[in-house]
Amino acid sequence: MGLRVTDLSCARGGLPLLEGVSFSLEAGQALVLRGPNGCGKTTLLRTVAGLQPALAGQVDLPPEAIAYAAHADGIKSTLSVAENLAFWAAIYGTSSFEEALDRMNLRALAGRAAQNLSAGQKRRLGLARLLVTGRPLWVLDEPTVSLDTASVALFGDVVRRHLQAGGMALIATHIDLGLPEAEILDLASYKARLPEIGAGTFDEAFL
Amino acid sequence: MISLLTRDLRLALRAGGGFGLGLAFYLILAVLVPLGVGPAPATLALIAPGILWVGALLACLLSLDRIFALDFEDGSLDLLATAPVPLEAVVSIKALAHWLTTGLPLVLISPVMGLLLFLPSEAYLWLILSLTLGTPALSVIGTFGAALTVGLKRGGLLLSLLVLPLYIPTLIFGAEVVSRGAQGLSVSTPLALLAGITAGAVALLPFASALVLRINLR
Amino acid sequence: MASFWEYANPLKFMRTTDWLLPIVTWAAVIVTTVGLVWGFFFTSDDFRQGSTVKIIFLHVPSAMMAINIWVMMLVASLVWLIRRHHVSALAAKAAAPIGLTMTLIGLITGAVWGQPMWGTWWAWDPRLTSFLILFLFYLGYIALWAAIDDPDTGADLTAVLCLVGSVFAVLSRYAAIFWNQGLHQGASLSLAPGTRMDWAYKAPLYTCMVGFGLVFVALLLAGTRTEIRARRMKALVTRERMA
Repeated sequence: MGLRVTDLSCARGGLPLLEGVSFSLEAGQALVLRGPNGCGKTTLLRTVAGLQPALAGQVDLPPEAIAYAAHADGIKSTLSVAENLAFWAAIYGTSSFEEALDRMNLRALAGRAAQNLSAGQKRRLGLARLLVTGRPLWVLDEPTVSLDTASVALFGDVVRRHLQAGGMALIATHIDLGLPEAEILDLASYKARLPEIGAGTFDEAFL
Repeated sequence: MISLLTRDLRLALRAGGGFGLGLAFYLILAVLVPLGVGPAPATLALIAPGILWVGALLACLLSLDRIFALDFEDGSLDLLATAPVPLEAVVSIKALAHWLTTGLPLVLISPVMGLLLFLPSEAYLWLILSLTLGTPALSVIGTFGAALTVGLKRGGLLLSLLVLPLYIPTLIFGAEVVSRGAQGLSVSTPLALLAGITAGAVALLPFASALVLRINLR
Repeated sequence: MASFWEYANPLKFMRTTDWLLPIVTWAAVIVTTVGLVWGFFFTSDDFRQGSTVKIIFLHVPSAMMAINIWVMMLVASLVWLIRRHHVSALAAKAAAPIGLTMTLIGLITGAVWGQPMWGTWWAWDPRLTSFLILFLFYLGYIALWAAIDDPDTGADLTAVLCLVGSVFAVLSRYAAIFWNQGLHQGASLSLAPGTRMDWAYKAPLYTCMVGFGLVFVALLLAGTRTEIRARRMKALVTRERMA
């Protein structure tokens, strides 16, 4: 099972942002998205994850195979670390979150309420959620924000083990995760060309 | 599914969850009305069915914006939308959690409110029954309103404006059951219509709620 | 033959309404003026109600349009949800304030008429109550449009609200009838035999109804044109900002 994205166009705020994006990922591969701020990385990831419809083109991997991690971690501050993970494990129908606690170095924090975690610890908890989803493709939006160097390395290892186990990862990041095998895709070259502005020529998109 | 329900209930019951606010509001309303209208038992008994139902409506309204807003802010909603649970089910569970934390307590405390407002004794059964049948509709309709306004800043006021007109049929039939019961008349017609609205809302509105939620998330 | 949906293209719509709008506007002005002048000055007073009855020439057409406009919004919302024509969504948006105004005219003229007839400005009669509820639905719909920044999201959400609102509006109508059988007379016009109104009244009333319909179409076209322009402006500004 692989991810194949063909001729994908996505829009933000009603305006086409990216067009003709094509790439594919096979089991065990990772792809890192690069590009300046506002070039459409988040939009592309949300489109691949099935949260927003594509303007054109297709993503032929069902959303059921994708685990999405956004800027926001979806952590409930009044629940403990273990409770937060247990909830997602139950939602995804995977039994155990113990291993995820160990691998993201959260064991010592398991009983602590999420509101008492530091930003980096919260991020680790958010990323630990990926491990309990049991889904092959990880779609990660800036996963390393607020992580320290040691945690970045830790997470890099987690991603590598996921890849070695036949998983895939699609990552938008500026920081080197220590994945030399990952391919890099620069989104700047897929910027959508908008039609010329002229009197009396606009269409359904009002451009 | 069950885990989502237990999570929502747990969140509501923990600090800052806002559990009991609706209940307190209901109580305060039952105190304020006699203060405004006067203590005459005959007057209060006459308006009690309406006040109890309008109060339940407003108390429900109070906690609606919490149904999705918190999950939207911390990103849980995005993650739930990509999780292997249909969004229609998420919406229904959220409505159920809202009913368990708001509607059910209102039903349970309503006899006390009836006492404060001199509700005729024949009407108690119908008060409890009509609230039991009607409040689920309030939660489900409210969930639709909450889904509509989830992405909006300061959506709370707009939410009331959108949801209250949708509450009108439920209010009319619900209050009618109690006031007919108080007068010793037959309540079967309004009771059946109330149950019909609840059944229809519970069955159909989650689809509309899930649809608008998807639109708001994209 | 060209498809009807061709006119759903904003540009085609603008070009068509360029010449259509003045025609409809003049027709609306002429028909409404003729109808109202005819109704107000060239009909005899009712033997029971005197000249107060003549407010019917404002009351009935506006009340009729208040409901028709909601139905039009419902159809336009469905067209938007199914076929994704922006003009349809924008037409629904443009229709709402007109419907709100018609509802308000209906309510106010009704109060002015009801005062001498029933001795009260307002009664919680099912018809009156239903109109007040309709007024609230219009308000909610307009408020939702106003609150949402992204135009497509706004179009989608208001369309769903219109659908769900329609169901609840009908439910509320029957609930209100159940709740209180009122003093409002039955429908003023009826196609059944043995109609109660004389042709001397009916003819100007029909003229007024056609006139109000034309006024709505003219306002709707003008409003939709404004919405299309506003939408295009917004798209261009966003584009500028993102470039």
